[in-house]
Amino acid sequence: MEFESIINLAYVIAATLFVFGIKMLGSAETARRGNLISGVGMLIAIVVTLLDRGILDYTWIAVGLITGALIGGVAARMVKMTSMPELVALFNGFGGLASLLVAWAEFEKIKSQGWQLYSLEMGTPSYFSSFVIYIAMLIGGITFTGSLYAYGKLSGRVSSRAQVFTGQKGINALMLIAILALGVLFTWSGDLGTADKLFIAGITLALLFGVMGVMPIGGGDMPVVISLLNSFSGLAASAAGFVIGNNVLIVAGCLVGASGLILTAIMCKAMNRTLGNVLFSGFGATSQSGGDDDDREPKAISVQDAYYVLEAASSVVFIPGYGMAVAQAQHVVKELGELLEENGAEVNFAIHPVAGRMPGHMNVLLAEADVSYDQLVEMDSINPIMPTVDVAVVIGANDVVNPAAAQDESSPIYGMPIIEAHMAKTVFILKRGQGKGFSGLVNKLFVMDNSRMIYGDAKATISEMVNELKG
Amino acid sequence: MDLVLLFFIFVLAAFLGLELISKVPSQLHTPLMSGSNAISGITIVGALVATGANETGAMGMILGFLALMFATINVVGGYLVTDRMLQMFKKKDK
Repeated sequence: MEFESIINLAYVIAATLFVFGIKMLGSAETARRGNLISGVGMLIAIVVTLLDRGILDYTWIAVGLITGALIGGVAARMVKMTSMPELVALFNGFGGLASLLVAWAEFEKIKSQGWQLYSLEMGTPSYFSSFVIYIAMLIGGITFTGSLYAYGKLSGRVSSRAQVFTGQKGINALMLIAILALGVLFTWSGDLGTADKLFIAGITLALLFGVMGVMPIGGGDMPVVISLLNSFSGLAASAAGFVIGNNVLIVAGCLVGASGLILTAIMCKAMNRTLGNVLFSGFGATSQSGGDDDDREPKAISVQDAYYVLEAASSVVFIPGYGMAVAQAQHVVKELGELLEENGAEVNFAIHPVAGRMPGHMNVLLAEADVSYDQLVEMDSINPIMPTVDVAVVIGANDVVNPAAAQDESSPIYGMPIIEAHMAKTVFILKRGQGKGFSGLVNKLFVMDNSRMIYGDAKATISEMVNELKG
Repeated sequence: MDLVLLFFIFVLAAFLGLELISKVPSQLHTPLMSGSNAISGITIVGALVATGANETGAMGMILGFLALMFATINVVGGYLVTDRMLQMFKKKDK
């Protein structure tokens, strides 16, 4: 068999392993093995590529591989589970940047070889190569700066609020038109000198557009943005695959693009909003009012009194939100859950799909705290049994338990599926202060007759309850 | 390289991806995302060729080298962190 065929065969095996790996990631029992299998696929792809006869110099390859592996390895080991959304955003961005750079390097190759030789070697017309180079650069660039900005927002380095200003949509629309126009010009420009200038302008605009695109999106909508950027990083890799004519990049990138797209759709559905609304509306930038004719005051309760209620409860449901991640309260929550179980109560954790800052954020935190995953109940399974629950404990969640979403048609979040905490016999709401949630809405749950507020740091509050139960 | 064939592969992969992932339970969304993120580091293949092949010129090699470094961070970091997360997903025997 020809050497070329062996390489391509190995790529087919790698792609197959990716497919199996992703499939196995779909179930908790097989997920870890699935990740390993997809890692083996990656290793095969890398090793086979190193055997490519086009590669003449291995020095810089070794330096790049070792440096990258060290940085990636250390980051993966050191990161706290609560910082996971930032890290995933950052890795996403690096993937996008890599695709941009590969496209750019390919363009440099064309510049040094000239179109004639290049087209002959690739067997593709020049306009096709220019087109896919531009697309890979564009998607990669937007993914890179968009992810970096999302990283800044998630890690608190920049304000996580939606940033809106007048004329923002106009400016973004103009930028998009300019990007497309540059792309058309770049694709059809025969002269490499002109193409070079167009390409640099395109890169600049793509990088800027990534920042501008994420700017009007607030912290609570981050699960959607991360999913979308995840999808983009895959599509960028796929586009890079078209650039160098490599099937394994096209397939693997496209799989990731599809998975990111599905996650994006799930997140949007969980907020009852369209993707367009999430991306462009600047939701949460200003305090909104709406259907706010309720002047009842929230009633507070002391930790001591809350403890007596919890001790007598025979079923307890915890509803965690982003506040639990901020307070790093997952470990004490788990301890409280165990003590309540020993006390004879049935304990569950109700997880809303968009709780936290990335899809599945709460699940990871509770898994870290060693909560058995069969105790983590999805929204649709917990709601029917909510009326039988004695105590629902809301920890740092707000909009996802706001009954206005189900009852008040004038509410901006009307129609968003919620965890029906208000149906429980008693609701405790652990909250740092009297502030509003991400949407800026008043939460009707807080003033209901069966609700009691416990103000203060969630971790401190729960530790106190744990001590009461132990003592 | 036959362009139509490349598009054919792309479209098939898209459908395969949509089919594979639509059934993932929400508790695994984060590992799925970081695991698939690691796969998107497959660009590393392009970066390797760009770095090692002398035909790209000096600028091309520098760009290739940077691409290689970032793609490697993406791949190694992505797989390790996914594994670290999945290791924690345990079902307790009661």
